[in-house]
Amino acid sequence: MIKENIIEISGLTKQYGQLTAVDHLTLSVQRGEIFGLLGPNGAGKTTTILMLLGLSEPTAGKIKVCGIDPAFQPFLVKEKVGYLPDEVGFYENLSGLDNLLYTAALNRIEASVAEERARHLLEQVGLTSKAHDKVQTYSRGMKQRLGLADILIKEPEVIILDEPTNGIDPEGVRELLALIKELNQEKGMTVLLSSHHLYQVQQICDRVGLFVEGKLIAAGPIKELAFELFKNDPILLEVEVEPASAQLIAAIEANEHVTRVEQNRERLSIFCRQPVATEIATTIVNHGARLFHLSQHDYGLDEIYHRYFEGGM
Amino acid sequence: MAAFLPEKISILFRRSPLTGEKASRAKHPFWVMVRKEVMDHINSWRFMILLGLMLLTTIASLYTAMSSLQRAIAEDTATSFVFLKLFTATDGSLPPFITFVSLLGPLIGIALGFDAINSERSRGTLSRLLAQPIPRDYIINAKFVASLLVITFMMIILGLLMMGMGILTTGIPPTPEEFWRVFFFLLVSIVYIGVWLNLAIMFSIKFKQAATSALSGLAVWLFFSLFFTMIVNIIVESTAPSHVADINELISYQGFVQNLLRISPSQLFSEATTTLLVPTIRTLGPITLEQASFAIAGPLPLGQSLLLVWPQLTCLAAAAFIIFGISYVLFMKQEVRSRS
Repeated sequence: MIKENIIEISGLTKQYGQLTAVDHLTLSVQRGEIFGLLGPNGAGKTTTILMLLGLSEPTAGKIKVCGIDPAFQPFLVKEKVGYLPDEVGFYENLSGLDNLLYTAALNRIEASVAEERARHLLEQVGLTSKAHDKVQTYSRGMKQRLGLADILIKEPEVIILDEPTNGIDPEGVRELLALIKELNQEKGMTVLLSSHHLYQVQQICDRVGLFVEGKLIAAGPIKELAFELFKNDPILLEVEVEPASAQLIAAIEANEHVTRVEQNRERLSIFCRQPVATEIATTIVNHGARLFHLSQHDYGLDEIYHRYFEGGM
Repeated sequence: MAAFLPEKISILFRRSPLTGEKASRAKHPFWVMVRKEVMDHINSWRFMILLGLMLLTTIASLYTAMSSLQRAIAEDTATSFVFLKLFTATDGSLPPFITFVSLLGPLIGIALGFDAINSERSRGTLSRLLAQPIPRDYIINAKFVASLLVITFMMIILGLLMMGMGILTTGIPPTPEEFWRVFFFLLVSIVYIGVWLNLAIMFSIKFKQAATSALSGLAVWLFFSLFFTMIVNIIVESTAPSHVADINELISYQGFVQNLLRISPSQLFSEATTTLLVPTIRTLGPITLEQASFAIAGPLPLGQSLLLVWPQLTCLAAAAFIIFGISYVLFMKQEVRSRS
């Protein structure tokens, strides 16, 4: 199946005076996928999102969202794209339902249709019982879910979520992510989300783009990303032995697939090119050391992230 | 600037056959926003407080007018505008209604506008609003229109209340001319409060903190109502021509001082409203005894009074538009970031 690119960004640059917030970004998001924009705070994720919506003007480069250039027709883009900002706010003195109806009215949705959609969406995000309560009584997680309902009321083709999991408890995060996944699968909605919570995003994203200092350093499915970034030593074995003697470490390092070993008391981190867990275990036992723990680590984003900054690639 | 221009153009082309039907059945987003803003104002405590203050003002000024009405009428034999005396007469213990309005008007304007934009920002609703398919200027325009509507309602209520209570207590109904004079007085008051409203909206865009914005508005208000005349007095004392100066020089100097005072919107307001409510005022500039000596004492017709204060009215409206223009540009250029 040939997938259509719903968001296309090429050579996008945004400068604030001397500071380059986004630096020659080229990226595409396919229709129907969940794309994660990852990076630390200040990496330029929000700036990119604002430019996607036409809320900020690019210094250079081209953007197409649903085939429309947001810098020239922000109006049309905003009809097709739902944007949930970081720390979304509502009119606290209005009820959740009224907030949704207000958004619907701003989108020129007829009152009766809006009412029906709002009730359906509130049910979908699990807020039916709180629909008539003022938003000031809502918890953070509830507001975030209301935010999701809020952007869905105009039935967008793409939803853009800026740090959707910020400040929500783990259970809330799990529910929210499940909801996003559900929307993506049921309605085939394209989702672009930004986050610095790598682990959470890893669970639902089809593809991710790693964003550092305005540059996209890698993009692709998470597994490929790890491979691409760590061609030398894509596999990490965590081992706990006693005693972790120098001879033992030397013996492990002698293995042709092992690239390096890091020691932290009894814990060894063994970086290798091939999955050689059994061979390592044999080596350890042969050296008369006691093996307490051995596990193979798939690279999660945390490691990718951590190693990127540690290694200064 | 280029970013919002296309948005405006795209509204013009919005009424395509495809969306035409949908758009005609649903309310226009701008009026949806205005309606919500008006609702917010009316449901707020601050509106209640302001309304309470204005009601107190009405009662107090009516009381003070009543106690001095007899003397005022006795003094003024030339005219028959008894009803208008309700708005201008005072026994000295409390200021008359027009002074109250010139004093409290700015407060109303500032109170309704000081958190117009920054509260949206700090609640995090601004970025959500901007993500909707509405032009950016709808937000600031809707805020202004809604607040001005609320002010208009408030002033009309006050004016009618004042008239009604006046009729009840004095038993004298207003003549049509008096009615129109009060009507124009209310109109000028609305424009005057509009100036302060725009100033407050401007501060609400400039300052992220609502408290800073309110304080700035109040500072400007205090400056004009307390310190400005003092400053003008100092300038007058240091630049006054000598006593031997000829009459033309003195007159032009007097005009200069008056124009200096007119920088203050409250000066313009009081000149405009006094002229409207006191028909015997024939000129606002300096006149010599010579010029006045053969004048027949009598009231000016409404048209002439309006003509006399036309510059003041224009200036007030211009001030309101200029401040709104500045706010508009500030708002359009402002970077959209959630809550910061």
